Amino acid sequence: MAHAYQTDQYEGMIAETITMKGHNGETINAYVARPLGAGPFPGMVVIHHAPGWDEWYRECTRKFAHHGFVAISPNLYFRDGHGTPEDVGAKVRAAGGAPDARVLGDLDGANALLRSLPYVSRKIGVFGTCSGGRQAVLAGSRLKGFDAVIDCWGGRVVMSKEELTPNQPVAPIEYTKDLSAPLLGLFGNDDKAPTPEQVNQHEAELKKHSKNYEFHRYDGAGHGFFYYDRGAYRQEQAVDGWKKLFAFTDRTLR
Amino acid sequence: MCTMIAQQVRIFGRGKSGPEWFDVREANVSYDHPYDLPLEHALNIDFVNEAMGPGARVAVELSVDAARQLVRTIQAVLAEADQRGVLEDCPVIAVPAREISTT
Repeated sequence: MAHAYQTDQYEGMIAETITMKGHNGETINAYVARPLGAGPFPGMVVIHHAPGWDEWYRECTRKFAHHGFVAISPNLYFRDGHGTPEDVGAKVRAAGGAPDARVLGDLDGANALLRSLPYVSRKIGVFGTCSGGRQAVLAGSRLKGFDAVIDCWGGRVVMSKEELTPNQPVAPIEYTKDLSAPLLGLFGNDDKAPTPEQVNQHEAELKKHSKNYEFHRYDGAGHGFFYYDRGAYRQEQAVDGWKKLFAFTDRTLR
Repeated sequence: MCTMIAQQVRIFGRGKSGPEWFDVREANVSYDHPYDLPLEHALNIDFVNEAMGPGARVAVELSVDAARQLVRTIQAVLAEADQRGVLEDCPVIAVPAREISTT
C-alpha cells in the first residue's frame, strides 16, 4: 500500500533482536523495529501467528516501523526451545498452543518496554493474525495500556466448551465487556476458523456491550489473506485490509 | 494454531531428516494449519524426538483424503503381514495416545 512519504525525504530504521522481561519477569527475546529520529512515535506490539516467530513477522514488524511505529514482536515460543521457526512452531502446535496466561504476561512486558522508551508516545496498539488475532483480543480485554486492538482473522475467539483447554481455559468472547480499546477486525468470508457465523457472534457481543469496533469482511478470501508467501494470499483484499488498518491506527494512535 | 486439534503418541522407530537417521520417540498428529501444503488445514504428522530438541523432526502434511488412504493402507499392509506370520513384536511397551488438550 502507499505510504505518504516524499521522494526527497530522509528515512532510516533500526531493527534488531533484543531481550525483554516477559511473563513472571522471565527473559525472552523479541524483534524490535523503529524509525530513526526523536519521535515520539506510537507503539505497536506485533503478535506472531501460530506457525511461529518467522520471517513474515520480521517483515511485518518492519512494516509498522516504516509506517512510523516503534514495533516490537515478542517471541512467544521462547520457552519452547530454539531452532527454525517452523520446527519450534510445530512443537507448540503439538502442545496445543501457547498458554494464554503466559502470552498475556509476555504482551504486558512488551507494552511496558515500549512505555519505558523516550521516543514512544503514550499510544500503543496491539496487532495479531491467526492465533495472534485471538491473543490481541485477549490483550485488549485482560491487560491495561493498549489504545487500539487489531484482530486479523483470529480463530477461537468464540470457543465451544469442548474446545477449552488448560492452555486456553476461557473463550476471549467471554471478556468482551472488559475490552478497553477500539477494535479493528479483518476477516475472510471463506475462513473456517473463524467462520463468518463466529464473527457474527463476536460482533453481536461487541454491540451488546456498546464497544467501539469496526469489522471488515472480505469475499473471496479465507484465512491468512495477508500472507504473500502462501496460497491464501489475496492481493486486492490484502491491500485494502492494510489500508483500513492504517486508517484505523491514524484515528486511534496518532 | 487455529484449531488446536492435536494428539501425541509415543512410538518406537527411526526417521530421516537430511542425511542422518535418528530415533523418533513421539508422533504429533494434528489437524491444523500446514506449513507448506497449500491448504488452510491439513492432517499433519511430526515424527519427533523431544529430548533432542525441536529440530529432530520428520514432518508430513496430508490432505484429508490422503490421510484416510494412508491409514487404510497401513492397516492393510499390517493385516497382510499378520496373515503371513511375519509381524515382529516391537521391543517397547505401547503407550496410549494422549489427548493434548486434557494434559
